[in-house]
Amino acid sequence: MAKKHNVSFRLNGKPVAVEVEARELLIHTLREKLAHTGPHIGCETSHCGACTVDCNGMSVKSCTVLTVQCEGAEVLTVEGLERNGVLHAIQQAFHEEHGLQCGYCTPGMVTRAYRLLQENPNPSEQEIRYGLAGNLCRCTGYQNIVKAVQSAAKKLAAAPAAA
Amino acid sequence: MGDTSELGERVQKLQGVGSALLRKEDARFIRGQGLYIDDIKLPGMLFGAIVRSPYAHARINSIDKSKALAAPGVVAVLTADDLKPVNLHWMPTVAGDVQAVLADKKVCFQYQEIAMVLATDRYAAYDGAALVEVEYQELPAIVDPKKALTADAPVIREDIADKKEVGHGPRTHPNHIFTWEAGNKAAADAAFAGAAVTVREEILNPRVHPCPLEACGCVASFDKATGYLIVYVTSQIPHLFRTVLAMLSGIAESKIRVVGGDIGGGFGNKVPIYPGYVVATVASIVTGVPIKWIESRIDNISTTGFARDYHCVGELAADRDGRIKGLRFSALADHGAFNSHVSASKLPAGLFSICTGSYGIPNAYCRVDAVYTNKAPGGVAYRCSLRVTEAVYLIERMMDVLAQKLGMDKAEIRSRNFVRPEQFPYTTAFGWTLDSGAYQAALEKVLKAVDYQALRREQAAKRADPNCPTLMGIGLSTFTEIVGAGPTKVCDILGIGLFDSCEIRVHPTGAVIARLGTMSQGQGHATTYAQIIATELGLPAADIVIEEGDTDKAPYGAGTWGSRSTPVAGAAAAQAARKVRDKARKIAAHLLEVGEGDLEWEVDRFKVKGNPSQAKTMKEICMVSHTGNLPPGMEQGLNAVAYYDPPNLTYPFGAYLCVVDIDKFTGEIKVRRFYALDDCGTRINPMVIEGQIHGGLTEAYAVAMGQQIPFDESGNHLGNSLMDYFLPTAVETPHWETDHTVTPCPHHPIGAKGVAESPHVGGIPCFSNAVIDAFAHLGVTHMDMPHSAYRVWQKCQALGLNKRQERG
Amino acid sequence: MIPPAFDYHAPRSLGEALSLLSDLGSEAKLLAGGHSLLPMMKLRFAQPAHLIDLTRIADLRGIREEGGNLVIGAMTTEAELLASAVVRGKVPLLAEGAASIADPQVRYKGTIGGDISHGDPGNDHPALMLALDATFVLTGPKGKRSVKADGYFLGLYATQLAPEEILTEIRIPIPVAGSGWSYQKLKRKTGDFATAATAVLLQMKSTSVARVAIALTNAGPTALRAKAAEAALLGKPINEASLQDAARLAMSICAPTPDQRGDAAYKTAMCGEMTRRALQAAAARATG
Repeated sequence: MAKKHNVSFRLNGKPVAVEVEARELLIHTLREKLAHTGPHIGCETSHCGACTVDCNGMSVKSCTVLTVQCEGAEVLTVEGLERNGVLHAIQQAFHEEHGLQCGYCTPGMVTRAYRLLQENPNPSEQEIRYGLAGNLCRCTGYQNIVKAVQSAAKKLAAAPAAA
Repeated sequence: MGDTSELGERVQKLQGVGSALLRKEDARFIRGQGLYIDDIKLPGMLFGAIVRSPYAHARINSIDKSKALAAPGVVAVLTADDLKPVNLHWMPTVAGDVQAVLADKKVCFQYQEIAMVLATDRYAAYDGAALVEVEYQELPAIVDPKKALTADAPVIREDIADKKEVGHGPRTHPNHIFTWEAGNKAAADAAFAGAAVTVREEILNPRVHPCPLEACGCVASFDKATGYLIVYVTSQIPHLFRTVLAMLSGIAESKIRVVGGDIGGGFGNKVPIYPGYVVATVASIVTGVPIKWIESRIDNISTTGFARDYHCVGELAADRDGRIKGLRFSALADHGAFNSHVSASKLPAGLFSICTGSYGIPNAYCRVDAVYTNKAPGGVAYRCSLRVTEAVYLIERMMDVLAQKLGMDKAEIRSRNFVRPEQFPYTTAFGWTLDSGAYQAALEKVLKAVDYQALRREQAAKRADPNCPTLMGIGLSTFTEIVGAGPTKVCDILGIGLFDSCEIRVHPTGAVIARLGTMSQGQGHATTYAQIIATELGLPAADIVIEEGDTDKAPYGAGTWGSRSTPVAGAAAAQAARKVRDKARKIAAHLLEVGEGDLEWEVDRFKVKGNPSQAKTMKEICMVSHTGNLPPGMEQGLNAVAYYDPPNLTYPFGAYLCVVDIDKFTGEIKVRRFYALDDCGTRINPMVIEGQIHGGLTEAYAVAMGQQIPFDESGNHLGNSLMDYFLPTAVETPHWETDHTVTPCPHHPIGAKGVAESPHVGGIPCFSNAVIDAFAHLGVTHMDMPHSAYRVWQKCQALGLNKRQERG
Repeated sequence: MIPPAFDYHAPRSLGEALSLLSDLGSEAKLLAGGHSLLPMMKLRFAQPAHLIDLTRIADLRGIREEGGNLVIGAMTTEAELLASAVVRGKVPLLAEGAASIADPQVRYKGTIGGDISHGDPGNDHPALMLALDATFVLTGPKGKRSVKADGYFLGLYATQLAPEEILTEIRIPIPVAGSGWSYQKLKRKTGDFATAATAVLLQMKSTSVARVAIALTNAGPTALRAKAAEAALLGKPINEASLQDAARLAMSICAPTPDQRGDAAYKTAMCGEMTRRALQAAAARATG
C-alpha cells in the first residue's frame, strides 16, 4: 500500500485534516475528501483554470499542486467568498453583468478575479484580460466577464469592507 | 385601456418577454453549488477508467487483464467478451449504422475504447487501466477521405462488409457510407450550361471539436432489488437517451430514469450516446452498484463527436449583373470509423440543403458522399444546427468568390440576390419555406453603422501603399439559419418525432412550476421559459420555477441542440400557458357573471369590456381554481400540458461584418472590429441573447482562426490536448459589437426563432471572408481554414508580400 | 490524468536536499514549481519513484543586489520576479520575459530555476540568461561551482547540471544605465510556448551599436546565442540594412523542430522577424 501523509491546512477559514497519498492532487482532495465541488476539472494539462483556488494569497491551479505541498496553507475556494450570507462583490457583479452561462468555469474565474483585484484594484480592460488569461471560458466570449470584473472593482473601491 | 404608466408598471412586474431579467440559475453557479456529473457521489460507487487503443487501425490479438485485476482496488475489467452475453459489444447508432462499444477483434480509430477497468476509486482505476496489456497487429490506416474509395483502400468496417446499405441507400464500396442528394440536378446543370459567368472553388471545412469546458461522463446506478436503472449523464437529450437505453438494455422504459443535471457546456458534444455510457450502464447492471465514468480532456477531443470534416466543391452560375441562376454544391464527408452522429433519420447530411442561404436561387443541386476513415466517429456537432455551419460557410464564401470574379462589391452582390421582403414565405429550390426575413434592411443597418464606404476607401489607400506593413480585409456574412427541428413530417430520430413539450402546474398562491422536454447546458432556460410563461399567464417570472432534464418528471421532448428550445419547447410553453389562460378565462367569466366574449385580457387580468373596474387577476383565479366556486362541470386546478409539433422550422438571419489587419511578416491577424446584427424574431431576454452572440462568435473565431484536429499518415493525433487545440483566452478574443432587428416568425406562437447557433454559423464565414478579402486584390479567391498565423504567413510568402526593400 | 505513485520528500535545508539526491539517484526528480513536471507525470510521460520538493528551503529564495549583480534564488517564482522593484528597475529584460510566460496562476508557482533546469528549448529563461550573460551557481555534495549560461545548455532536456547537483542561484550582471532591451515572443496565443522569440540587450554609442547580445528561444535543441548576428551589428547603426543582416545571420543558426506551431521554414523566418523587432525595440529604449 502506498504511504499516506497527514496534511493539515485551512480551507475557507476552517481547519481541515486529511490523509492522502503523496500523488493526490489538491483538486481531488478538495472535491472528494472535503466535499468542496466548486472548483472543477476541465483538462489534464494545466491549461483551462477551472480548478483555480487561492492558496497563501496566490491564484493556483489546484490540479497542478500536490495536497502534501499544502501543509499549513491558507486555501480559499469559491465557496469561501460569500460571508454570512452576503455575496462577495465579485459574485454579485458576475450575476449582474451576466458573466456566466453554463457556470463551469465560474468558480475558477471568480476565485481568480478575487486575487486579480487584490493585486490590482483598478485594472484596465487589457489588464483584466491578461489577468484572466489562465481561465478559459467557452460560453461567454469573456466580454461580460470583463464587465463583471470592472463592476466588482468599482464596488470594492466604494465599499472596501466587501473585499 | 388603463393609465399607461400603471400598465407599464404591471408589465414590468412580470419581467416577461423582452425583459433583461437577471438569471435565476446564477445563484448556485456563483457559489460553486452547481451539480455537475463529477460532483455526484453515491454509496458504493465504483470508478471506471477506459483503456484505449494507441493505433488508428489494428487487429486485437489478445487482451490480458491479469495484472490489472491483481492491482489494489480493481474490482473488474470489462472487455467486448464481457458485453457479448448481453449483446452490447456493438450498439446501433441513430444514423442507421452500428458502433463498437468495446472493440472486438479490431480497432478503427486511435483512442478507441478497448476495456473499462472498475475500481474503488479514481486513482486505482487509472493505475489498473495502465496495467491492461493488449497485443495489437497494426494495419494501414486511411486518414484522407479522398483515399477511402480507391480500389486498394484498406477495408475499415469488416463487420458490415457484406451490408449493401447502412441506413441511407446503396453503398458503392466497403468504405462508402451513403450518397445523399437534393434539388434538381438537370435544372442546375442547364443553368450552368447557359450561364454568362460561373465560379468554382474547392473549400474545406476542417475537422474541429466543440470542446465544452466540462468533458462527458455519467453515473449509472442499477438497483438489483427493484430492477430500476438511474443514469445521471451529460446528455443534451435525456428522453431520447432513455428510449435508446430501453431498446439496448431490455429494461422497461418506465424503470429507467435519466437525469441531466447541470451541464458544463454542450455545443452538440453531449448529444451522442458514447460507448463509455453504455459500458458504465452494463457494469452497473452486472455489479448492482453505481458506476461513475468521467473522460479526460484528451479523451474528449480524441473520441467524442467531432464537427465538420466536409471537403466541398462550390459552384455558382450567374448572369453578368451578378444574379445567380444556378448552384451546385457537393461534399465529401469524412464521418470517421462509424456513422454515429446524431442527425434526423431521413436527413443523413442534416440540413445542408439550406445552402441557398438568403438568396433567391432558382436552380440548385447538392450532393454529399460520406465515407469511413480511421478516425473518431461523428460529424454533426459544435453549434452547427445540423450541418448548417457547412452549408452557410459554402454559400457565403461563394458569394465573395462570385463578387471577385465579377469585380463587384461584396455587399452589392448580396443585395442583388437577397430574397425580398414581399417574397416571404419563400420556398427555396430545395423545398425549405423561409418563414420571414428582412435581409436588405439588416445589411444596410450594418453597413451604415460601420461606415462601410469609408472602410473600403481605407482599404484601397492601404493597398496602394507599398510600405503598409498590414493587409486590411473586410468580411461580410449575410446568413440565414434553419433551426428548431422540427416538424414530424420532415424529421425524426429513430422514428420519434422532434416535437417538444411543456407541462404547467399553477399553485393556489399564484406560483407556477413548468417542466419541459429540453435540456439547458447554459442557455438560461430557467429564466427565459419563465419569461414566456410570465407574459402568457400574467404571473411574475420570479415565481415561475422551470425544471428540465429529469425524465421521471419532465414530459417527453427531444432535448436541446440545433437551437430548437425556443422554437419548439418555447412554443409548447406558450401553448400550455394559453390552455391555462383559456380555462382561467372561463373561471373569470363565471366569477364576474358575464360571457367569455365579454372579457378582454390585459397583462395580468381579465376585464369586462366597457366596465373595466370589473376585473379578476390571474393571481386571484389561481386560488379560486382550487375551490368549489367553478363553472358547473369544471374540474379543479389550473394545469395544462402541450406537445408542440412545429409546422415549420424557423429561419433566424443576420448580417455580420468583420475588419481584420494582417501582419504581412508574421501572418498574425488582428480583428479590428466585428459588428453582428442578429434577427431572431421576438427577443425573450436581450441580455441572454447578447451573451449567446458573444459566445457563439468566440467559438466562430476559434474555428476560423486556429482550430483543427490534425493527424499524421498513420492516424495518430498530432494536437489533441489544450496545449495545441486552440481555445482563445480573454486576451485573444475580440470585442463584439451586437445589434438587432426584429422580424417575427409568423408561425411561432410568440413570433420567436432560435438564435444561439447563429453567431457560430454566421461568424465563421465572416472571419474567413475578411481574411481572404485582405488578399483579394492579389487574385486570391480562397484560403482554407484555420487561418493561423503560420498558414497566413505561407500565403504572404508565396505572394512575395513580406519582402523588405534595402535601404541604406 | 492521475500521476503514478511516488515517495515525497520535503527537505528544509539545502544539505538535506543534496543528501536525498545522492541517496536516491536517478530514481528521484527535483520538484520546483511543478508546472512542467507534474503535467508530465499526470500524462505518465515521467514516472519518478521519488520527488524532492525544494519549496521549503528558504535559502533558495530571494532577490538581492550584490556588487553589480542581481542575485536571484533559484526557487524565486515568476510572480516574485515581476513584483520585484529591483528586477523591474534594474533588469527590465528579465521582467519582460517573465511576463510572457504561461499565465498568472502558473507564474505564481513556476520558478526561474525550474525553467532554466528543465532544459526545454521552448522555455523563455534560457535565452534571457544568455542575453544577460548570467552565471549559474550549482551546488553539489562537494560544494558550489559557477557555470556561465553560455555553454550551460547542452541539448534537449540536457544541461551542465550534474545528477547530484541543484541549481541554487542565478547571478546577472546589472546592465549599464541607458541599455536597451527587448524580448519579442511570437506565439499562437498568450501563454503558449514561443513559435519563435528573441531576447536582445544592447548599448548604443550615439547612433551605433556598442554592445549587443542576441539570444533565441525555441530555434534549436537549446536556446542559442546569435553571435554572428551580434558581431555584424557592432559599430553599425540600427537601420534596414543592419537589421536585415542581423536577422539573416540569426536565422542561419536556427534548426527549429517542426510542430503544430509551424514548419522549419516558418519558425526560422519568425526567428528573423522577432530578432528584427527586438533590435528595433531595444534600440528605441536605449539612451546614450
